[in-house]
Amino acid sequence: MRALRITLAFCALTLALGPALGADQADQIIRGGDQAVLGDCAGCHTQPGGRPLAGGLQLETPFGALIPPNITPDRDTGIGNWSEADFRSMMRTGIGHEGVRLYPAMPYPAYTRMTDQDISDLWAYLTTVEPVSNKVEANQLPFPFNIRLSMAGWNMLNFSEGAFTPDASKSAQWNRGAYIVQGPGHCGTCHTPKSILGADKDSQFLQGASLQGWFAPDITGNAQSGLGKWSQDDLVKYLRTGVNAHSIASGPMAEAVENSTSKMTDADLTAIAVYLKSLGPGGDNAQPAKPDQARMVTGEAIYRDNCSACHGGDGAGAGALFPALTGNAIVAQGNPETLARLVLAGSQAVHTDHAPTTPSMPSLAWRLQDQEIADVLTYVRNSWGNAAPAVSSGDIAAVRKELTQ
Amino acid sequence: MTRILPRKDVVIVGLGWTGAILANELTDQGLDVLAIERGPWRDTATDFNIGYAQDELRYSVRRDLFLQPVVETMTMRNDPSQKALPMRDFGSFLPGNGVGGAGVHWNGHTWRFWDSDFKTKTNLASRYGAARIADLQVEDWGVTGAEMEPYYDQFEYLAGISGKAGNIKGQLQQGGNPFEDARARDYPNPPMEMTYAPAMFAEAGRSMGLHPFPTPSANMSRSYTNPLGITLGQCTFCGFCERFGCANYSKSSAQTTILPVLMRKANFEVRTNSEVLHVDLHADGKSARGVTYVDSSGEEYFQPADLVLLCAYGLHNVRLMMLSRIGRIYDPNTGEGTVGRNYCYQTNAGTQVFFDDKNFNPFIAAGALGQTIDDYNGDAFDHGPLDFVGGSGINCIPTNGRPIGTRPTLPGTPKWGSAWKKATVQGYKSTLSFSAQGSSYATRNNYLDLDPTYKDRFGRPLMRMTFDFPDNDIRMSNYLSDRMEDIAKALGGKQYSVARLKKGWNSVPYQSTHNTGGAIMGTDPKRSAVNTFLQSWDVPNIFVIGASAFPQNAGKNPTGTVGALAFRAADAIRNHYLRNPGAPLVQA
Amino acid sequence: MGHQKPVRHQKPVRMNRRLFLSSVALFSISAPIVSLARTFSGALPWEPMSSNPPTQVVPGAWQFFTPQEAALVEAIVDRLIPHDDLSVGGKEAGCAVYIDRQLTGDFGTSSRLYTQGPFLPGLPTQGYQGEANPAQRYRSGLAAIDAFLKQRDGKTFVELKPEDQDAFLTAMETGKVELPNGFKSAEFFALLLQNAMEGFFADPVYGGNKDMVSWRMLGFPGARYDYRDHVSKHNEPYPLPPVSIMGRPEWRGKGA
Repeated sequence: MRALRITLAFCALTLALGPALGADQADQIIRGGDQAVLGDCAGCHTQPGGRPLAGGLQLETPFGALIPPNITPDRDTGIGNWSEADFRSMMRTGIGHEGVRLYPAMPYPAYTRMTDQDISDLWAYLTTVEPVSNKVEANQLPFPFNIRLSMAGWNMLNFSEGAFTPDASKSAQWNRGAYIVQGPGHCGTCHTPKSILGADKDSQFLQGASLQGWFAPDITGNAQSGLGKWSQDDLVKYLRTGVNAHSIASGPMAEAVENSTSKMTDADLTAIAVYLKSLGPGGDNAQPAKPDQARMVTGEAIYRDNCSACHGGDGAGAGALFPALTGNAIVAQGNPETLARLVLAGSQAVHTDHAPTTPSMPSLAWRLQDQEIADVLTYVRNSWGNAAPAVSSGDIAAVRKELTQ
Repeated sequence: MTRILPRKDVVIVGLGWTGAILANELTDQGLDVLAIERGPWRDTATDFNIGYAQDELRYSVRRDLFLQPVVETMTMRNDPSQKALPMRDFGSFLPGNGVGGAGVHWNGHTWRFWDSDFKTKTNLASRYGAARIADLQVEDWGVTGAEMEPYYDQFEYLAGISGKAGNIKGQLQQGGNPFEDARARDYPNPPMEMTYAPAMFAEAGRSMGLHPFPTPSANMSRSYTNPLGITLGQCTFCGFCERFGCANYSKSSAQTTILPVLMRKANFEVRTNSEVLHVDLHADGKSARGVTYVDSSGEEYFQPADLVLLCAYGLHNVRLMMLSRIGRIYDPNTGEGTVGRNYCYQTNAGTQVFFDDKNFNPFIAAGALGQTIDDYNGDAFDHGPLDFVGGSGINCIPTNGRPIGTRPTLPGTPKWGSAWKKATVQGYKSTLSFSAQGSSYATRNNYLDLDPTYKDRFGRPLMRMTFDFPDNDIRMSNYLSDRMEDIAKALGGKQYSVARLKKGWNSVPYQSTHNTGGAIMGTDPKRSAVNTFLQSWDVPNIFVIGASAFPQNAGKNPTGTVGALAFRAADAIRNHYLRNPGAPLVQA
Repeated sequence: MGHQKPVRHQKPVRMNRRLFLSSVALFSISAPIVSLARTFSGALPWEPMSSNPPTQVVPGAWQFFTPQEAALVEAIVDRLIPHDDLSVGGKEAGCAVYIDRQLTGDFGTSSRLYTQGPFLPGLPTQGYQGEANPAQRYRSGLAAIDAFLKQRDGKTFVELKPEDQDAFLTAMETGKVELPNGFKSAEFFALLLQNAMEGFFADPVYGGNKDMVSWRMLGFPGARYDYRDHVSKHNEPYPLPPVSIMGRPEWRGKGA
């Protein structure tokens, strides 16, 4: 499918420019297509069911709604009148065409790590995307956040420009993985906790963060809440297919797998895995307080009657269909937002060629009260070897409120 | 004002089992396929939610997932001397509705018909003489068991059937069905873990020298990934199988075996809540132009297509053919016309054995969890000294303990009051039930046509069903009741009760939704409506896929054979029809 | 134009009726959901919070029956399912409440059935061919019962002694009672019995089977879904209490 896209883009470019293309330019466009996969441009810039990269998908940020713009080469509604220099500046500094400042929802604090070559390749690819006329009203944040000049101050406080510098003491593979994770992969944009100003808390890199109503989990080496129990192969399999023995991707990560990681090369996936597995356990490993026994009793009853038919009385789940809850990092996150959301709203799992089942967690908001959901989650978080803080009914109420407004 | 839509390569009427199989096959071939489904989209998490799927009133009594008679029903009578009246509520059979069709809420018994079933006419005449079948209108199918084998295999592996083969490449297998035809390989999943009642039944059967074996089941005995890469879960014996959708992906259906892959394809589209009114033919009546349908707002559309597949369930397939003037409607008096001919059903009788000292935990159950005895099915036994042909599978498949419907009591128990209550508590867990599911052989006067009086909500005539159990089948069923009585005695309860079927098919109490025939397959266009690839003899760019193709019904559930025929039709379309579209695959 | 381009993630228009167990005034008329035609292509559709649970019946004022009708139905269900050492009676179990709510919905109006004419007398094998729907049959039938008894005994059904009530019901059941207005007593009795039993054995969400009384009586575990740990335990009683669509007391820390 990607080959077909490249071919079409190729033809479009030929028609547009006239002169015959050299093999070098063709290679560059193909490399740029790979960069678009690594960077998952489509994840934000393509509306589901919409034209590629034509924008329009609304993102909820803690500051309000933002709509990623149309980045097809359309002159009137896209980036057709941008230059490569504009693009490089935008990727490196957050300042784009005609000096317009972007919000870091466009993860330039991560993309700034990319090499000049990669940015250049990506630009070459973007110019071949089919132009789509789609006017996107980009400025949706409420006052005072709609004043983009304020980004100057934000950048001064929170942003350091510059490409990734390899660590000479590490292997090329590790460096490749680090480059992708810190740069085009922009994993920290979701997985690194944010300051009140919305900047990455670098000291807590990849330790988990709340985003769009989901809690993107800790992906450091923490044995309870992170990837400590995952092998390198587990991680590669997860990124390639969305499914492994420990987890099934859903929500925003499902989109990241479908649009981006499932299309990466095996070499890149292995590099990412090598890098991530080299990270020590972030966060603390303090044992959480033992939950109230009465809540474990009610939780067990609720679990048996609602959950065990899929997740098993022993929490073992069923392979590609129902995630195991024992030893499950999502279950063990300090922040229970994702769990609350899964139980209340349900969720649809990832779909990849290797894992096409796309099962759905059913919505149980209609059946279970906040206290009951809190009890069953507390039970799950403290059974079968799991240990994580209890969940309160207030935690659930907050997510329910957000889901139903 | 009918709106005309952009052309599609293929229009499929109905998105149930057959529609989903054909859609997946033909989209793989690169065709642009549109399915039009009368009912709604159905999704496991929403429509069979783990918290309310177990609602007997809603799904079993009020039948939420089924076709509602206000949308379509049929008129019925036992024979032409009666006036057919509408089934204002369905009873004896319950057609499905919605995406996934009846595949959503079936039990999952999945059988292969035998070579002797496919050659019913020739086989019976040669074995017992033509006179024995003189009052029947049985036909050969035009295919052999060996020809069907790879397609059965394909359906069973798609669906993940749990079972034990009885005959692999001619080698009989211990614990399987010794009467089945040879197959290439075993089932994709082992048999389900047995509950008490079928285990007891099997033991009794074995003690009598019979050959019980686990019923081939579309409830997964373990988690399974099918050839499309789609994973199903292990059945959890919830006891809410037939009439219910499965909440945990452990019953085979289009949803759990095909749709996740099919729905992703850019060249596939489904329109729900849209009812096809008829197929549109060219003026010469020899080819289809497309279909006309109505959406839920009442807006009418013409959908042009090069190939039309009727996958709407056997009965609705036949009615659509009649309404669209595809072929000629059968007239039992002249014997002419093939559409509506050879309508058949299923011939059932049940047995209950009452105990004092047993706990069968009837609520721990699955739709196809049980044991079957085929010693008296089809032509597996010598009918020489007997006065009938055909037979029944004897099935001990206790599917549920749902208390509105399943409260066995001793015969003669009052239906209310304290005595009723006491007997109900007594009988609820300690009654073992089994039944004989018998063949249904065609006769001249069992047929389908259009009703002269009653119309549907669009003003189209309802289909009229003229059916009663043939005398032959009554005799067969009563013989099986005697055999069931033998087994009841061997089971050794305190009391038993065996039903005996009588003439006068009653459309009210539920019996079976195995309606077959009406657009039967065959080699002779005068006595069949479609050829053995299910292509219409009269309109070659229409295929009619479903149990409507069965010339008569065997003593087995139809779905396995329906699935196999669907794969066979897909094979024929992909590898032959498309090379010369519009042409008949078989010269008449 | 009646059709949009194929779009992923079509929003199904579902009435997202959420079932809050502690809420008070929930409507109990089940309005039919008219599904709109839609097109799906390119993805398996899914929506967050998508569910279609049954609407919980909340006891309270009668919504269909008049007070006299309600009293009569309560008295009838209390004879069909009497209070004894096995369980409470039909009235206390909520069977009359169940019937009352059912008659206000699709069942009462036969909105799902084929109700086109002509209405002709049929054979028993052809099923009910009457024009009256259950709501109408209850109105007329209940009135007919009391009219008959007032005329024969000078009393309404509720005023009869229990033995006499039983005798009357038996006579109805066997067709030995000629109710006024040509009302067929055996047919109406069958409807009453069927609905009373539904109310007694259905999930409590529908207003009957209070506290899962009939399920406890039978040993039916209710809306359970996973019996894998008991399949092989042939002949052994199942140890867990029943659960309904609405849950069970143990979820809230209360014993049964």
